[in-house]
Amino acid sequence: MNSRLLANLGRLWLGLILVFLYAPILVMAFMSFNASQYYQLPFEFSMRWYEKLASNGEIIDAATRSVLIAIVTTILATTLGTAASVALFRFEFRGKRFLQVMLFPPIAIPWLITGTAMLIFFFGVGLGRGTPSVIIGHVALALPYVIVVVSARLATFDATLEEAARSMGAGGWTITRRVTLPWIAPGIIAGALFAFAVSFDQFVVSYFLSEPGDSTLPVLIYTSIRKGFTPEINAISTIIIVISMAVMLFAARFSNFGGER
Amino acid sequence: MAEVSVQNVTKKFGTLKALDDVSMDFPDGGFFGLLGPSGSGKTTLLRAIAGFIFVDGGTIRIGEQSVEHVPVEKRDIGMMFQNYALFPNMTVADNIGFGLRVRKVGAAEERRRIGEALELVQLAEHGQRKPHQLSGGQRQRVALARAIVTNPRVLLLDEPLSALDKALRVDMQIELKRIQREIGITTIFVTHDQEEALTLSDKIGILKDGRMTQAGPPRDVYNAPNDIFSATFLGDANILSGSGATDDLRRNEEADIRMPQGFDGKSTLVVRPENMSISLTKPDQEGLSKLKATVVQRVFAGAMATCILQSGGNTIKVIARDQEFPDLSEGAQVWVSWPQDKTIAIPAN
Repeated sequence: MNSRLLANLGRLWLGLILVFLYAPILVMAFMSFNASQYYQLPFEFSMRWYEKLASNGEIIDAATRSVLIAIVTTILATTLGTAASVALFRFEFRGKRFLQVMLFPPIAIPWLITGTAMLIFFFGVGLGRGTPSVIIGHVALALPYVIVVVSARLATFDATLEEAARSMGAGGWTITRRVTLPWIAPGIIAGALFAFAVSFDQFVVSYFLSEPGDSTLPVLIYTSIRKGFTPEINAISTIIIVISMAVMLFAARFSNFGGER
Repeated sequence: MAEVSVQNVTKKFGTLKALDDVSMDFPDGGFFGLLGPSGSGKTTLLRAIAGFIFVDGGTIRIGEQSVEHVPVEKRDIGMMFQNYALFPNMTVADNIGFGLRVRKVGAAEERRRIGEALELVQLAEHGQRKPHQLSGGQRQRVALARAIVTNPRVLLLDEPLSALDKALRVDMQIELKRIQREIGITTIFVTHDQEEALTLSDKIGILKDGRMTQAGPPRDVYNAPNDIFSATFLGDANILSGSGATDDLRRNEEADIRMPQGFDGKSTLVVRPENMSISLTKPDQEGLSKLKATVVQRVFAGAMATCILQSGGNTIKVIARDQEFPDLSEGAQVWVSWPQDKTIAIPAN
């Protein structure tokens, strides 16, 4: 087989992957602009679902709540996760290996089980359901991702840079701020995006921990689909996708996940 | 500037004695080399002086201050790292200014001293570059400028020239010495390169297995090593084994070796290769030690040449200017000779 054919097959394969990834999303976005409520063709352009969405207080509330919870989760998880990564990188202490190993199982444990466990736990400690529980739950879910991503970046950090800074008289805080953080910043940004995504996408744990009437957007979408589908969901989803993709493309400029540019 | 003094310093890593009762004085303004094979403890000693390692026992003084319990950032030292450890996100000027900013000297003073330091290492035009835009030699100069810009009490260099290629290394040796003399800072450096140690140092310390085997001016250590390790580690050395026997045995048809002063009948004899010469016939001069030998190999290396010979059980190496060697073929029987005062007697321990 010649190499040109191979290269073309590769391009075809890549194209299929992109179609597979994006086709359903495109159909949904397309239908959000279709006047028909029942996905009927021919396509007739209309903004009516967006107009209905604007007057749907329930969805707007849920979306706002989701964004706020995701922002708070991102700030908490990124701060705690970065601090933990730096500590794991800098210091040797008893139980460090154990701690590092124990960070990974939460990623693999099904969210359904984590969610059930959290629900039982929060009732056990008297916190019950509600937004604080949701945020704590989300932070717990997001933390391992942040630590993994930031630690991966830290692994490429030359520890003698910190020694050099110390030899010049700098204390821990100055070193962290002027030497360590600038190096791991792309990792922190990537970790923050993961944390945001984990929180914003989170359905299972949110479903278990949020109070009725205080739903996050994914929970609301789920419950309204059960009641009967409306293209408003397409509209809000399309808006979310546009915003998420904008954020991701913006972030991709700062870090090179997906390989070197 | 200050003198540094290390007394009876001990450091263990687990059961390994990285430093075992090490003592050495580093007088003010001198240039000192710590030399030894890897694992000898030379880097551990440097890092103990820097403060990255706290010693288990003994004292380290910088100037009048005992620093055993003082952390690195409070020791007022300058250090240059083997890989230079330049901050990749900062310009050359910001790298050099880092220690000044930590000391809050003020923006104008900071600019002035960065300028001076860049001038000193001849990089005045490169202040706004990033480290990755510099050559290896330039990075080395930035690292040096950064280490001295705060006027530290002592300058510590960890394998300062090992990352450079040979030609550049020789240039930088001269440069390093010029800068050190110009600012007069007490400088201690670690190297495994004996030539570098000999070239740069006013005094060297040789370490092996965590112990300081010998310390002194390079010429003294070279001419009078006090053990076989020092003799072989610093420069080439021919060790004449079997010389522990009595004087008489060394006077026969094949050998006539004049024992040096201080020979106690049990010493090992060492002769530097450049002090030996080769002749086709037995030299008849009095006062020369002579040994019959067989030519094994002759190696031409530009100005100098090396001849490898066998005599008894000993392999002997002779180094001389190429034209000083007689016409030799492998397997030829020749005489190796050297002046009596060039025989070094190393006492048995």
